[in-house]
Amino acid sequence: MRADPGLYRYLPWDERPRIVWPGGARVALWIAPNIEFYEYDPPQNPKRRPWPRPFPDVLGYSTRDYGNRVGHQRMMAVLDRYGLRGSVSLSTAICIHHPEVIAMAAERGWEFFSHGIYNTRYVYGMDEDQEREMLAESMALIERHTGQHCDGYLAPALSHTERTIDLFAELGGVYTCDLFHDDQPTPVRTRSGRRFVSVPYSLELNDTIVYVVNRIEPRRYGRMICDAFDRLYAEGAESGTVMCIPLHAYQVSHPHRLDALDRALEHICRHDGVWKATGREIARHFLDHHHDDFVAAEDRLEAQR
Amino acid sequence: MSLDRGHLEYPMRRHGMDHDRYAWSMLAGRAPIRWPGERPLALWINVSVEHFPLDATGEGVKAHGSMTMPYPDLRHYTLRDHGNRVGIFRVLKALATYGFAASFAVNGEVAQRYPALLRRLAATGGEFLGHGWNMDRVHSGAIDAAREARWIDDTLAALAPFAPTPITGWLSPARSQSALTPELLRERGIAWCADWVNDELPYRFETRHGPLAMLPLSYELEDRFVIGENLHAESEWADQCCDAADFLLAESERTGAGRLLSLSLHPWVIGQPHRIGHLERVLAHLAARRDRIWNAAPSAILAHAVPVPGA
Repeated sequence: MRADPGLYRYLPWDERPRIVWPGGARVALWIAPNIEFYEYDPPQNPKRRPWPRPFPDVLGYSTRDYGNRVGHQRMMAVLDRYGLRGSVSLSTAICIHHPEVIAMAAERGWEFFSHGIYNTRYVYGMDEDQEREMLAESMALIERHTGQHCDGYLAPALSHTERTIDLFAELGGVYTCDLFHDDQPTPVRTRSGRRFVSVPYSLELNDTIVYVVNRIEPRRYGRMICDAFDRLYAEGAESGTVMCIPLHAYQVSHPHRLDALDRALEHICRHDGVWKATGREIARHFLDHHHDDFVAAEDRLEAQR
Repeated sequence: MSLDRGHLEYPMRRHGMDHDRYAWSMLAGRAPIRWPGERPLALWINVSVEHFPLDATGEGVKAHGSMTMPYPDLRHYTLRDHGNRVGIFRVLKALATYGFAASFAVNGEVAQRYPALLRRLAATGGEFLGHGWNMDRVHSGAIDAAREARWIDDTLAALAPFAPTPITGWLSPARSQSALTPELLRERGIAWCADWVNDELPYRFETRHGPLAMLPLSYELEDRFVIGENLHAESEWADQCCDAADFLLAESERTGAGRLLSLSLHPWVIGQPHRIGHLERVLAHLAARRDRIWNAAPSAILAHAVPVPGA
């Protein structure tokens, strides 16, 4: 085991090269709907139980299936209203189980990136070949069913090995959503030395963390989104920031919750200087314009030690 | 170290669901349901009337609300019993004040212990649902089929003498089922179940003995979940109920498709003196929109909710 993941270097928030987003925007806003499939009867991983209850966990399974049956279209209607595209964190088995959902996202021009195959399959205990096989198959499913290259990765159920990000980079990945250490993109060091980037994916504003882990009231969630935006927008006058709103239709699309998100997006989209981006667009822009400057700044700081 | 090959195999990866209980269907894509009087929103209020035994074992799945302290946990036993002694009467009065009908999901043991309460529930004319024997007899994969069948039989037998109409619906304690619960229910003449929370409208659910209707009872909005597990303020729970009603009304009026608001109440939660006023605020909010709301018994809602997806 390592004491430090060794994936990124320290760079003080106020001593960085200036990030300039397209059109001079202050904030790159991206919405990451998780479109997930949780299995009814998954294999039991030795390190983590997929369901807390004995088989069948009706409550756990049906709670999540609600997102696919009811939630996605509601969330899509809200995002459509504000001209926001989703960057889909995809349980790629959805391509086969529910291609109708894929079609609805595709016709909106949304991005798809890999969130594994099922959100009930964890990488704990996999050897390198097994994890590579899973990653490659998930990327191939996206390519085959959407025609898109899979540029991004968010590990299924946030389950990682020490090799996860190395493997994804080697398979042609461009960015990871698995690191929560910053409000700007960060160069990521992988063993192959490929240029690879972390795009901020806010766990603190992730609806499932908000509703399931932190058990926050819906209207307060709306205020948290507005407060986060206001600060990132103000700071973005100096250097571009990233705001991500990760969503799960099985949480946010409930009738007692969705209006809070709607009103928060209305607040955000009243502002000029918001780049309505996707994860891929943010990663590519950073790689094309800022990555090398950030690495140079990190090198300089390291040389001062 | 590596995992067994089965962790990289996906035998149920196919179009639709990874089981055969129901067909894959999206709510927004279905033929619209129209409620009587062309009202946009149906309203189902269910009150769970529960008994939490002092000698709880938590076998299989422990229900939220069950005993947590070393025996004898008088603290939680009596707090739950408050619902049957006091809380339910406040809930019944609030419903009567605003003129709303509710169904009652009742543990069989409550009928055995408190027949006077059952007579009061029956006098409202509200539909009864079987709700298991008590909150420590949680149906799950840890319970063998013969015991589970006996719990269902005992429950239905205890409730039948009091029920204003024959019992056709079921709500499992803690929304927990074994792999055989649907079969056991269907074999005993149960026609519909409220456990699965994957939809907001009824759908067809397959068993080996013929279909059930699944009529999901909202879970993330229930008083016990919002106040008891999320620890949100009572006022916040009321806001969430009002927001849900307004959201569904607006969605129905925009799409022309009927929607259903189901409210799940627990007298041991919402019947406390500092909470009941917040239920009254929810009911007042709904009463102010009564001309757009069809408040009905769950079986009546099921009868009107056609077409049923999967059928």
